[in-house]
Amino acid sequence: MTVATDATPRTQTGVLVAQVIRRFGDRTVLDHLDLTIDDDELVVLLGPSGCGKSTLLRLLAGLDKPDGGRLEVPANRAIVFQGDRLLPWQRVLRNVTLGLHRPDADERARKALAEVNLAGRERAWPKQLSGGEAQRVALARALVSEPELVLLDEPFAALDAITRLRMHDLVHELRRKHHASMLLVTHDVDEAIALADRIVVMSDGRIGNTHTVQLSPADREASVAREQLRAALLADLGLASQH
Amino acid sequence: MTVLAPPAEAASRPSPPRDVFLPGDSRRQSPFASLRRRLRWPLGVYTTPVLILIVWEILAQAGVLKPTYAPAPTDIVSTTVELWRDGVLGPDLAISLQRAAIGLGIGLAVGIVTGVLGGFLRTGEYVFNGVAQILNTVPLLAVLPLFVVWFGIDELTKVLLIAFGAGVPMYLNLFAAIRGVDQRLIEMARTTGAGSWRVVTRVLVPGALPGFLVGLRFSLAYSILGLVAAETVNADEGLGFLITQAQTYLQTNKVFVGLVIYSILGLLADQVVRTLERVLLRWRPSYEAV
Ligand SMILES: Nc1ncnc2c1ncn2[C@@H]1O[C@H](COP(=O)(O)OP(=O)(O)OP(=O)(O)O)[C@@H](O)[C@H]1O
Ligand SMILES: [Mg+2]
Repeated sequence: MTVATDATPRTQTGVLVAQVIRRFGDRTVLDHLDLTIDDDELVVLLGPSGCGKSTLLRLLAGLDKPDGGRLEVPANRAIVFQGDRLLPWQRVLRNVTLGLHRPDADERARKALAEVNLAGRERAWPKQLSGGEAQRVALARALVSEPELVLLDEPFAALDAITRLRMHDLVHELRRKHHASMLLVTHDVDEAIALADRIVVMSDGRIGNTHTVQLSPADREASVAREQLRAALLADLGLASQH
Repeated sequence: MTVLAPPAEAASRPSPPRDVFLPGDSRRQSPFASLRRRLRWPLGVYTTPVLILIVWEILAQAGVLKPTYAPAPTDIVSTTVELWRDGVLGPDLAISLQRAAIGLGIGLAVGIVTGVLGGFLRTGEYVFNGVAQILNTVPLLAVLPLFVVWFGIDELTKVLLIAFGAGVPMYLNLFAAIRGVDQRLIEMARTTGAGSWRVVTRVLVPGALPGFLVGLRFSLAYSILGLVAAETVNADEGLGFLITQAQTYLQTNKVFVGLVIYSILGLLADQVVRTLERVLLRWRPSYEAV
């Protein structure tokens, strides 16, 4: 494979996934998958449970190596896992500064915590946080290094509906401030519509249908185009008959 | 035939059990519970030992227990004071403590260094693990004769036996603790851009700390066992000497003095680990019994 051994990047920004294969034993979870994410674009990845969304995210994060194909990602990237993965023996602030080496680390961590509405909880232990608070700390930890690529694996799945809406506002706000490519995995079609520039649906180990979302914030909440998109997504997920 | 009508079934059927939860202090208190609360037992885990001591004292005073069999606790205390005043106990105790400290120091140093190497490096695992597993199956008391043959009957044997007792459990527990740190947390730390040093100091070391403290507990306990065993060899000074000599002259009270001091050393060691756990593992809310 001459392609795989070519280590020089072909693109300078964003994410490039080309013909990526990932196998577990004799099960091929990712089968020649292609995906590109532009600079500053938020792509939402939808797909049924077990289809390989987390597997793809792990490849993009560099935690696993592909069995074939090619991935190109910015070196400065962050991942928010499915589950908060906070260090139970460190206070919230130190959890956020884990990857920071500059002298103003504490200051920046405080700012990141304030951005996720957790100002004042810096000295709490992770065990003292609610599920949603812990997940927000994980988000702050990812954002504090101002990454060029943020990978989010169902980051809001454990949150209640109201907090989740706040988190959506937070994501919009963060996108205005920090310019980063984002890949967000979710099961929630409404969340996808609320946040995405583009929605891609995974099926059979590849990206199936792609929907570019060019709706105004108001139209994302309620409009005919929104309902059409929603119906199309549900059809892609094989849930059309229920609606 | 007259049949007595059974009582109405609906009325006799017991209602399904229900739980009612109220704030702790407004709970209905039985007289016994309130009495217990008022007499808040101050001795905690030492209740049973104190009870045993009291019963023992009474039996000894009543003459049920012969002094040569088990002298009264008060007798043991006065013997201790007497031995201390005579200047016998002090030097012996100092010698024993010195042995324990040197042995423990060597054992912990070796156990921790090899444990860290074995835990962090696969090569370290291959070098040390097999030996440690084998040594772990050899009872401490069984190697004593071998140590006497190898290292003579002087201080070296005693110190090395204590070090052996302390080192092996420290290695095994530290190794398991480092390898047992949640892989997902290590993975997460790496993705944040934390370098190896951060991963070690903020994830692996704190994550391995609970297991390290378990190792420390075993090390202290085994080093005291090693001390007792070592001091039976060619005892000419130290607590072991005190006990052996007392045994020769059937001075049961002096034997007990030695045993009590050994057990106090054990309790102190345990207390040290408890304190360390309280300070170092604050982040871990542990189960509190009612
Ligand atoms: N380390 C592994 N070893 C073996 N099989 C694995 C491993 N990781 C994932 N798989 C398998 O790969 C498939 C895809 O897993 P993945 O975690 O990517 O699913 P997912 O799309 O993220 O699902 P969910 O929405 O439930 O999180 C699953 O069938 C899973 O069993
Ligand atoms: Mg997943």
